[in-house]
Amino acid sequence: MDTKSKIYESIEARGLTPDQKKTIADELNDGREHAVPGEESADAREDGFKRQPATIYQYYDLIQLQAMAVMQSTYTATVRSIDELLERDRLREKDGFPRKINVGRLIKPAKGGKTKVVIVPTTVEEKFIHDPNFKVPESGEGDPSGGTGEGEEGEVIGEQPVRSPEGEGSGSGEGEGGAHDLESDAYDLGKILTEQFELPNLKDKGKRRSLTRYTYDLTDKHRGFGQLLDKKATLRKIVETNIHLGNLPDLNDIDPTGFLISPGDRVFRILSREKDYESQAMVFFLRDYSGSMAGKATELVVSQHVMIYSWLLYQYAMQVETRFVLHDTEAKEVPDFYTYYNSTVAGGTQVVSAYRLVNEIVEKENLSRDYNIYIFHGTDGDDWDTEGKEAIPELKKMLEYANRVGVTISEHGAGSDKGTEVERYIKQSGLLEKKPTLLRIDVLNEDANEQRLIEGIKKLISE
Amino acid sequence: MELIDQHTKEIMEGCKERALAAGLQFEDETLEYIVTNRDLLELNPKVMIPTLYDYWVHDVEVLKEKGRYELYPSNPYETVINTRPAISYYNDNNPDWMNVMIFYHVLGHIDFFQNNHYFRHTWDYDFTGKALSDKRLIAALRSEKGRWVDYIIEFARSIDNLVGYHRELAQFDQLPSINGSKRLNYYFDVFLQDIRKVKISEYIKEVDRYNACIRAENRQGIKTFYAEVAKTYPEFDTLFKKSLKEKTKSKLDPVQFILENSDFLNKDKNSWMKSVVEVVRNTSIFFQPQIRTKIMNEGWASYWHEKLFLDDDRIRGHEVDFARTHSGVTSLPRVGLNPYALGMRLFYYIEDLGNKGKYTTHFKRLKDAKQRENFDAGTGKGQDSIFNVRENLCDFTFISTFVDQDFVNRNKLFVAGKRLNQNRMVWEYYVKSRKADNYRNMLLEGLYHPPHITIQDEQKKNSTLYLVHHFEGKPLVKDFITNTMLGIEYLWGAPVKLETSEVAAGGGNTPLAEGPQAADIRWERVVYTMKDRKLTRELLSG
Repeated sequence: MDTKSKIYESIEARGLTPDQKKTIADELNDGREHAVPGEESADAREDGFKRQPATIYQYYDLIQLQAMAVMQSTYTATVRSIDELLERDRLREKDGFPRKINVGRLIKPAKGGKTKVVIVPTTVEEKFIHDPNFKVPESGEGDPSGGTGEGEEGEVIGEQPVRSPEGEGSGSGEGEGGAHDLESDAYDLGKILTEQFELPNLKDKGKRRSLTRYTYDLTDKHRGFGQLLDKKATLRKIVETNIHLGNLPDLNDIDPTGFLISPGDRVFRILSREKDYESQAMVFFLRDYSGSMAGKATELVVSQHVMIYSWLLYQYAMQVETRFVLHDTEAKEVPDFYTYYNSTVAGGTQVVSAYRLVNEIVEKENLSRDYNIYIFHGTDGDDWDTEGKEAIPELKKMLEYANRVGVTISEHGAGSDKGTEVERYIKQSGLLEKKPTLLRIDVLNEDANEQRLIEGIKKLISE
Repeated sequence: MELIDQHTKEIMEGCKERALAAGLQFEDETLEYIVTNRDLLELNPKVMIPTLYDYWVHDVEVLKEKGRYELYPSNPYETVINTRPAISYYNDNNPDWMNVMIFYHVLGHIDFFQNNHYFRHTWDYDFTGKALSDKRLIAALRSEKGRWVDYIIEFARSIDNLVGYHRELAQFDQLPSINGSKRLNYYFDVFLQDIRKVKISEYIKEVDRYNACIRAENRQGIKTFYAEVAKTYPEFDTLFKKSLKEKTKSKLDPVQFILENSDFLNKDKNSWMKSVVEVVRNTSIFFQPQIRTKIMNEGWASYWHEKLFLDDDRIRGHEVDFARTHSGVTSLPRVGLNPYALGMRLFYYIEDLGNKGKYTTHFKRLKDAKQRENFDAGTGKGQDSIFNVRENLCDFTFISTFVDQDFVNRNKLFVAGKRLNQNRMVWEYYVKSRKADNYRNMLLEGLYHPPHITIQDEQKKNSTLYLVHHFEGKPLVKDFITNTMLGIEYLWGAPVKLETSEVAAGGGNTPLAEGPQAADIRWERVVYTMKDRKLTRELLSG
């Protein structure tokens, strides 16, 4: 909180328009905290609330009475393969109807296994139905439900932590009974994206560098001679020899002075050549998780990032390393995609913090020498640093070593016609014209669909 | 999928005897199958009808959100399906006592399917058989027309929630018309009331005049009566003749209307499409009553499985096992709605009303709380009343008739509100109201209710199809409008318009951000036009 206020004061000193003040104030006074939704079991909570089906129509005899597990039909369980489904989708387009299969939006990364992403082809059958999410805005209340038992009118009978709906992969394959999704790795998705959605192949792929490199390390052991005496191993060997010679009659009273040492007992370490697989690409994913990113903006950014990630994985034949950075006013690196994907939004926005962190990491670990570096940044375009005075220099620095910097801006509704702050200052900086192969930005509207996201990826990664 | 073994079948037959003796009525033949999870995988997308037609969407994960039941108003995990004979599904390793309980539950459902009048249209045929022939028809067409069959299925399914289910029902159980004269009915029911909008005193005067004419001259009197009518309202005759023509037309639901009037579908080379649409429509009609009787159906089955299980002498010693499973299914949740629990308690409540003679005007007029509580006319008609209710009501009428303050008090029910506590970042659940009116409204609000969309006939000129959404306080899902209308345009073969209501821009668009500013919504009528697969939207002025 304090750092936030400090940053705010320094920005305010430079002067702000009332509009900007308001957006900043919104984020500043936002009491939310970043959180990664845990894997708590939703069934039994301490306060005795069980997760109930949302409507009476989600009670089924087989499940309630006979306790049969809900199984979801997966595309492998049926005859059809995902290729067939996508082929069908392509034909639809040819016949003049919109595509109907969604792939990307429904990816849910699992904790752990880095390259595992869940792909579930999904579709919606559109009909005229009443909007179930519509309600007369009434003091921020959720849907009323039924209840039973004691309690006066107005009495609070229990509470449930707010688990932010964003980042949980809305509409995903999570059915009533939990996940029975088919796990498939992101590599497959990359393949699908490349082949079916006609994402371009990387030129680089042809002139791929050697996949291996050698490092030298003192790991091999050698008896008799070598570079470095391994004292512990040598002592062990000496004891062994002397047991054989009968110089060690009583275990409780060892007299090492009588030990004989054979030349062969000395164990040395010698230099060895180690094969080390080299990753060709290092991808940084940067995500703005400030308060203003709530809802659709986050969903768009993360699903686009999943797809980019999968596509690169395919292009570099799994030789991709990824780093994940989240930022609000400060940036931090998180260890895995799960945390990256699921951390909830809160706080203010300082794009520069993330850029700075990436520059630091690259410099400290000397990454630019060994890797093709890709940086993808997703934001809603709000930045307290409204003119990019700090962000642009950091961005320039990044462009010196990066193969591509792709910025996705998911604009809020009909916000301002002039474009968002980030969009504006990047455009003004002239970097887009100066380094068109290195820097791309893609501005999405908040109601973009999957098709649009894929278009966006093309824009970000095309040569 | 295999039939249950003889041992279990014997238990089932025993259950049937006891259920019949208790007053349930159902056809004697039933089929019971053991299902594995693998079978369920195949059955679930086909809503437990093994012979339902194939459609690729069944193989794909579909939207599973809150609005799911509005899109798919059928039960994917039903234990028993409404066929002849009724087919029910069982887990492989149920112990005998549990099978007994489930059998009773199933028999409750079968009895409901075969006696509740909202299922009237399913009584005369076996749906699995019909579905099988439909499936073969579609398979044959698919081998000929390829993926175009699937497009037609898709487009037909996109409007299959607009089918005129109630119209279909109305064909059965028609009241014998008391007065055969259509002309007379039109004059008094439509012409005077809706067209001329006469005052009540004038209306009664006309009735008196009619009666007087009949009394004075018998059959001749009718002529005298109409002569007078023709004098006062010279337009009556033409209007009446026009109404005769209109009536036959207005009986069609949107799907039927398209089937009958689409130039595109009625071309010779496209006539196969009509049978596909017909299949989809019939399937939808078949499933309609299920979702409209969910609470009753489950309540009825739970009522009987409890009652019959406890009276069954064969499974003594399993009362505790039963109690545990039974209460798991039928206990009222602290927060939430459970159709088993609610329906069962309503049936017990109605039985109690019947036994004590409380469903009478006399009781309803009692104001004194003590008297109300101790009231018992000793009529003992409890069973009669629940059977009567099971025969004639659906969820809507069931809830609006019987959820009253006594019922709410008796079961300590309340409307649970959910609000955000900003400071602690938790959702708070609280007792919002214990009034029966509020509880009832909350229940009714949650019931399945497809939008009411009709076709405006007058605007049929220049071959545009004009759909009117009769607004009931809830907008349509905007994202779905484009593709739905695209399908209708294809089937109709000409432009399609949809008139509906939407929230006017600038009002109510920020539900959470600005805090309480309740009910400040401005609605506006808009017209969507789908022409050449392009959607446009325009504001309807006035």
